[in-house]
Amino acid sequence: MSSTKILRVRVERALCQGHNRCCSIAPELFEADELGNSRVIGDGRVPVALEAKAKLAVANCPEHAVRLTHE
Amino acid sequence: MNDRSGKPSHPPVKDWTTDFDHRDPSWIENPFPIWDELRGRCPVARSERFQDGAYFPSRYAEVREIAYDSEHFSSRRVIVRENKVPLTPSPPITSDPPEHTPARKLLLPAFAPQAIARLEPRARALCRELLDAIGDAKTCDAAVDYAQHIPVRLIAHMLGVPEQDGDLFRRWIHLVLEVGISDESVIMPTLQEMAAYFAAEIKKRGAHRGDDLISFLLDAKMEGQPLSGPHLQGTLRLLLIAGIDTTWSGIGASLWHLATHAEDRRRLVANPALMPTAIEEFLRAYAPVTMAREVVKETTVGGCPFKPGGQVLLSFPAANRDPAKFAQAEQVLIDRAENPHAAFGLGRHRCIGSNLARLEMTVAIEEWLARFPEFRLAEGEKVTWSEGTVRGPRRLPVALN
Repeated sequence: MSSTKILRVRVERALCQGHNRCCSIAPELFEADELGNSRVIGDGRVPVALEAKAKLAVANCPEHAVRLTHE
Repeated sequence: MNDRSGKPSHPPVKDWTTDFDHRDPSWIENPFPIWDELRGRCPVARSERFQDGAYFPSRYAEVREIAYDSEHFSSRRVIVRENKVPLTPSPPITSDPPEHTPARKLLLPAFAPQAIARLEPRARALCRELLDAIGDAKTCDAAVDYAQHIPVRLIAHMLGVPEQDGDLFRRWIHLVLEVGISDESVIMPTLQEMAAYFAAEIKKRGAHRGDDLISFLLDAKMEGQPLSGPHLQGTLRLLLIAGIDTTWSGIGASLWHLATHAEDRRRLVANPALMPTAIEEFLRAYAPVTMAREVVKETTVGGCPFKPGGQVLLSFPAANRDPAKFAQAEQVLIDRAENPHAAFGLGRHRCIGSNLARLEMTVAIEEWLARFPEFRLAEGEKVTWSEGTVRGPRRLPVALN
C-alpha cells in the first residue's frame, strides 16, 4: 500500500443495524448514535496505528455496513 | 401425547432431511453434527411435523437471504409450533415493514450502548450477590444458582417490576417457548396471565410515572399517537420474554464451555484482555436463539421451493457453524479475530437487547472467574439442555475449587 494514500472508514447507514461490533473493536474510529447505530467519528480518516483495527471492524460487521476506502 | 412437564414425546427422527424435529432428544443434546450433515446433504430440510410444513435452512447463505427477505418471509410467527396459534403481535419482533420501523425506533434509545452501559454497576453487584450466596460450597448448579437470575433481575430492574417475580417470569417463558411448541393449549392462558400482570403494573403507575420502561412506554408516542393497549401489552410481553432465557442460555453455555475446556478457562483467567473475543466466540458457537418466519409468498431459496403458509425454522446458531462462512467453524477459538456472527440475527430484526446481553454475559463471566478460576463439571451429575427455540443449559452442576 502506498504511503501517500489516505485510508478512510465509512458506515453505510442504510445497512447498519446497530450490532455495534465496530464501536467495540475500534472506539477511536466509530461511535453509536442515540439509536445505537454506528457512525464514524470525525472524517473517518484512519491513522496508520489504527489500520489493523479498521480492517477488523470491516471483517466483523455482520451486515457488511463498514467500508474501508483508499483515496 | 403431551404432558405439561415440558417432556412431550415425539416419534424419533429417522431422516433429518425430510422429517426434522428440533424437539428430538439428539438435537437438544447436541445439534451440531445434525446441522453439519444437513449442510452437506440437504441445505433446506423439510418436516411435516409442524402445521403447513416446516423448513430448516442450515447454511449461512440461506439464513441470511431469508432474514433479509420480508416480502416472502413474514415475522408474524417467530416460533415454529406444531399447531399454529392465533397471531399475537409483539411489536416490533413480530412486525414486518412498514409497521416495523416506528415500533422499533421507539425502543432503540433505551437499548443503545450508552444507555446499557449505565447498568454495569447494577449487573456487577447482582452477580457478586449471587456468588456470595454460593459462598464456599464445594458444588453448585451454575445454571440454576447463578446464570438464570442475572437477566431476570436486570430486566425486572429496567421494567420497574419486582425482582422476586423471577420464578413467575421463567414459568411463563417455559410455557410459551418450550411446552407451547407442542401443546398450544397452554399459550393463551399464559398470555392472559401476563396481560393481567402488566395491567396491574400499569395501574400502579397511574398518574405517577417512575424511571422505568413501563412508564416510558405509557408516555411514549409513535408517529404522534400514544401506543394502543394491545401494542403496549405486546411490547411489554416481548421485553420480558426476550431478555431472560436467551441471556440465561448465553451465560450458561459460556460457563459450560469453560467447565469443559480447562485450557480456555486458564487462558482467559491469565489474560482477561481476551474477554471480548471470547464472548463473541461463545455467542457464535453457542448462539442461543433460533427464530422463525412464515412464508407469505411462494419463492425459491437455495434452489428449494418455499410454499405459502410454511413455517421456517430460522437458525442463526446453524448459520454460525457454517464452514463456508467461518474458518474452523466447528472449533471454539476464544481469540477468533474475524467473527461476523449472526447470534443476534441479521437485518432489520437485529436483537434490540444485544448490548444488554453482551454486558450481562461479560460481567457474569468476569465475576464468576474472579471468584471461581478453577471449576469443572461435577462428576456423576447430568447437564440438561433446554428444548425448543432457545438453547442453553438448564442444569449445570459444577465442582468448585
